[in-house]
Amino acid sequence: MALAKLEQLSKSVVQGPSLVTGAVPTKDWMETPAIFKEGNFAYPAKQEKVEYLNSQVGLEFPNARIWSPLEDDWKLPENWQEIILNGLKERLGKFRSLKIFMDCCVRCGACADKCHFFLGTGDPKNMPVLRAELLRSIYRNDFTLAGKLFGKMAGAREMTVGVIKEWFMYSYQCTECRRCSVFCPYGIDTAEVTMMLRELLHLLGIGINWILEPASNSNRTGNHMGLQPHTFKDNVDFLAEDLETLTGIKINHTFNRKGAEILFITPSADVFAEPGLYTAMGYLALFEQLGLDYTWSTYASEGGNFGLFTSNELMKKLNGKMYAEAKRLGVKYIIGGECGHMWRVIHQYMDTMNGPADFLEVPKSPITGTVFNNAAATKMVHISEFTADLIRHGKIKFDPSRNAHVLPTFHDSCNPARAMGLMDEPRYILDHVVPKWVEMPENTIREQTFCCGSGTGLNTDEIMELRMRSGLPRANAVKHVIDKYGVNMLSCVCAIDRATLTSLMNYWNPGCGVCGLSELVGNALIMDNEKRAMGYDAEGNERELPDGFRTMV
Amino acid sequence: MKYTFSFLAVIALVLFAWLGSQIPGMQYLFGVAIPYLAIMIFLGGFVYRVVQWAKSPVPFSIPTTCGQGVSLDFIKQDKLDCPTKTSEVVARMFLEIFAFRSLFRNTKSELHEGPKITYESSKWLWLFALIFHYSFLIVVIRHMRLFLNPVPGWLQTLDFLDAGAALQLGAPLLYATDAALVLGIVLLFGRRLINRQVRYISLANDYFPLFLIFGIATTGILMRYFLRTNIDIISIKELLVGLVTFSPVITAKIGSIFFIHLFLVSTLLIYFPFSKLMHLGGVFMSPTRNMANDSRAKRHINPWNDPTIKPHSYAGYEDEFREFMVENGIPVEKELPPQKDE
Repeated sequence: MALAKLEQLSKSVVQGPSLVTGAVPTKDWMETPAIFKEGNFAYPAKQEKVEYLNSQVGLEFPNARIWSPLEDDWKLPENWQEIILNGLKERLGKFRSLKIFMDCCVRCGACADKCHFFLGTGDPKNMPVLRAELLRSIYRNDFTLAGKLFGKMAGAREMTVGVIKEWFMYSYQCTECRRCSVFCPYGIDTAEVTMMLRELLHLLGIGINWILEPASNSNRTGNHMGLQPHTFKDNVDFLAEDLETLTGIKINHTFNRKGAEILFITPSADVFAEPGLYTAMGYLALFEQLGLDYTWSTYASEGGNFGLFTSNELMKKLNGKMYAEAKRLGVKYIIGGECGHMWRVIHQYMDTMNGPADFLEVPKSPITGTVFNNAAATKMVHISEFTADLIRHGKIKFDPSRNAHVLPTFHDSCNPARAMGLMDEPRYILDHVVPKWVEMPENTIREQTFCCGSGTGLNTDEIMELRMRSGLPRANAVKHVIDKYGVNMLSCVCAIDRATLTSLMNYWNPGCGVCGLSELVGNALIMDNEKRAMGYDAEGNERELPDGFRTMV
Repeated sequence: MKYTFSFLAVIALVLFAWLGSQIPGMQYLFGVAIPYLAIMIFLGGFVYRVVQWAKSPVPFSIPTTCGQGVSLDFIKQDKLDCPTKTSEVVARMFLEIFAFRSLFRNTKSELHEGPKITYESSKWLWLFALIFHYSFLIVVIRHMRLFLNPVPGWLQTLDFLDAGAALQLGAPLLYATDAALVLGIVLLFGRRLINRQVRYISLANDYFPLFLIFGIATTGILMRYFLRTNIDIISIKELLVGLVTFSPVITAKIGSIFFIHLFLVSTLLIYFPFSKLMHLGGVFMSPTRNMANDSRAKRHINPWNDPTIKPHSYAGYEDEFREFMVENGIPVEKELPPQKDE
């Protein structure tokens, strides 16, 4: 489906009849069915991908088939109701969060206008409270006394195929960004709810390809992109060569090297596509300058984990490679690159799922001697923590003027901000690597940051309009600083952001680039014995290449 | 429509208690049996719900971090919003439960031509909720004087302060919290009607407790300020003290208005454990708020963690790609089989 023109969408967002713009639907939400049309849903997972995942030990992805949300018949298993109710029962027993969040909501509405999907679409079911009610209504009907006695009066409703369709639509119009949970007086986290919805839908064979294909790739080849070991290596090698051309320094990086001190893992998107490539060059430059004893891995070549968007079993399985590879190679600890959801998995899930990592050591920077006690159990350090510590100890030198062509602002990615508390390390780094940078308005940064609109595996092209709508709050805050200060670069520490914000900026704020923080670090980094490639300015004077890393590739 | 139903339900409850309590002999039902039943259901139900929640484990450490986490020594941690120590978690929870801190953060977003989205602080809900909950709490505590004989000094002080007795003349003294409770209910109800988003999501069971508590407050106020001659406060106190000492006595002088009030309170107690009012218990147990953000420093245990889920093995990976790996100089565990001569 063609994406609406900017003027059109701009008008539609503000003037279209929606709950945001003031039009209250006359029909109760329970009487409003989800209607699928091309452009408002992400394509279902391919049959062979579902079959592949189902064949893996410990995973359950039944009912692989060819189906379409556009058709009436979704080819559900005959006992689908039983499957869902049993699945829900099981999960209520496994997750206290689910039970509490089902029972405690008072519908105060504090979350309603906190969701980027609601602000961009005006669809009432995109208010976090209503998104949760989609499940809560079923929970009440089958698991609570009030629901059994009073039915609809108590906000209960029966499980129908229509409900399943609604769940599919709205659990994939949530990026599990947790912004609503910041404002909820009980901390109700819609991410917990949509994670459960997605798990339940997978029990019926309902999932989207943009998540399950990368997930199965990651299982088999080690990364979402499906890069086989030699291709992965080639990609990194190319970046190293470009870096050598730019700096005159040969980059000594290794793959799958046993006995290295540190294993480095970053999202594979960083070695696959712009602008992530420049971020990866930043890592290479920094580690080279430090002479760090580290290795890349082709087996654990993915930092990201689409299992987080699928089921806790798949998340565990994919994440398991990090420790398995660290153990096999005999490294001391792991450094992780810039990525949002990857860091939610590492920070809040990894040690619980795949620990204890007692074969590793508490991370200690070989350059500064700093011991990262905040990662004492997980033994994995964020590249921004690692870099900020280097800067603090004066172990690396920068020429910020090399980044003079950019005036960045900083986008807090949802997960580092709201599921980790990593906010000031990137800002500290920015202070040192660019001549100047500015913040976006306070209600759109830090713990109140807005999602790029395409997280949790929704960065697929067939739902581009939806993505541009849900990304509007973020884009709008960027526009504010573009207009006010002339910002021309949106920096971030997330690989999904680097891909999705690029589309978002191209649409809402053309001319504003997107970069990873480590690109700015690498580009400003003064390396020993460097010979930066030179170019000429308009007057014919020799000078350093103005776009730094971006001159290459 | 949803509020009409809830409103009618409360009216029906009032009529039921009014008519019922006039039937000779039924005073015992409304004054003793139902209150005992209600308190049992309330306590039993509340405990049951909390135990049910507690039975489900918290498999993962999932606090919502609302500030800078503990990190390098020169990065300042936001101890309240991103706690790592138990004391910090307690402080966060204390402010959440007693000051509704998350609601204090509330903003209102507006969409303007451009498009341009603006956000402004919106503390109305926070204010309304505080007025409602605190006045209700004090009203409940104040009522203890009816159950206790003699009335302890601190309760008399509370009573004295609430009535602002030094400032008022005449009797009966007006309690500040009586007015505030009614005001709180009216404000919360008004917000539910006026805020279009909240109106759209509101269910009958969101309005019902509001009407019910409104009914309780009104009957209480009527009794104290307007229908004083219809009731006999001595008999009421006798009954209530009797209830807590398990020797209730009913005298004929207790008026219907009291039975209506007591019946509505009983209804609230019975309704409580089966409804959203359980947020009173749930707010203590929400994993996104009551957990420390220390999951990288300290291992959190998931009791149902499945050790059989293992990653796709390195051996399997190398077996599939060994040839490419060897060709491209990537170290392998097992070399390629020697090539056969052709």
